[in-house]
Amino acid sequence: MAIRSLSAVVVILLLAASAYGAFFLVPTEATMGIVQRIFYLHAPCGMTALSAFLVCFIGNLGYLFKRQPKWDWLAVSSAEVGLAFCTVVLLTGPIWAKPAWGVYWAWDARLTSTLVLWLLYLSYLILRTLVEDLDRRALISSFYGVFIFLDVPLVYGSIWWWRTQHPQPVVFTSGGLDPTMRKVFYLSWFSLTALMALLIRQRYELEQARGEAEVLARELEAA
Amino acid sequence: MKNLGSVFAAYMIGWGVFFGFYLTVARRTSALREEIERLKNSLNRGK
Repeated sequence: MAIRSLSAVVVILLLAASAYGAFFLVPTEATMGIVQRIFYLHAPCGMTALSAFLVCFIGNLGYLFKRQPKWDWLAVSSAEVGLAFCTVVLLTGPIWAKPAWGVYWAWDARLTSTLVLWLLYLSYLILRTLVEDLDRRALISSFYGVFIFLDVPLVYGSIWWWRTQHPQPVVFTSGGLDPTMRKVFYLSWFSLTALMALLIRQRYELEQARGEAEVLARELEAA
Repeated sequence: MKNLGSVFAAYMIGWGVFFGFYLTVARRTSALREEIERLKNSLNRGK
C-alpha cells in the first residue's frame, strides 16, 4: 500500500513537472504560437495509448496460448486504460486544430484511423459485457482483441503512407525540435507512461477482485 | 498570449479524464471488495 501511494505521488509530481515545462520552460513555437504547447500532452498521450493497446495485444495473445485468466485481466485492464488515453487524444487534438487549421476536425487518415481505433476498443469492452461465461468471454474477446490491434500500426503509419493534414513527426527526426522542447516532450512521455503503468496496475486489481467474486458466487450457488 | 485558454483547457480535460478514470476504478474496486466480504460471510454461514 505504501509503495502504491509513493508511486502515485511520484507520478503526480512527474505530471506536474511536465506541465510546468510545457507552460513555462519551452520556447513559443514560431508558426503556431502558444497553442503548440498542447503537443506536449497530445502527442505523448497518443504514443502511450498505442503502448497500452500493445500491452492489451500481448495479454490477448497470452490468453490464447496459455488460457490463464491473468492474461485476460491484463488485456482488459490495458484496453480500458488505452481507451482513456485515446479519449484524451481525441479531445485535445480538436482544441489544437481549431486555432491551427480553422476547423475542429478533418477526415484525414491519422484522425479517422484514431477515431476507428477508439471505436474498436470501445466495442471490445462492450463485447465483454455480452458474454456471461468467463472462459468464453476471455476466449472471444482475445480473438477480437488480436484482430482489432491491426488498426494500431495503421494509426502509427498513416502519416507516412497517406497525405494527411496531421503534422509530420518531429520527435524522432534530427533537428526537428528545439533541445528544451525535446526534453519536455520526453519528460511528458515518461510521466504519462508511468501513469499508464499505475492505472493498468489499479485496473488489474479490480479485474482480479471480480474474478474472485465470481468464483465465490459460483461456490455459494453450488453450496 | 493568444490561445492560452485553449492550452489550459486541453490540460484540464486531459487530467480530468485520468482523474475521473482513476476514481471510477477505485470506486468499483472498493464495491467489489465489499461484495467479496459479503460472499465469504455467506459461505462461512452456510458451512
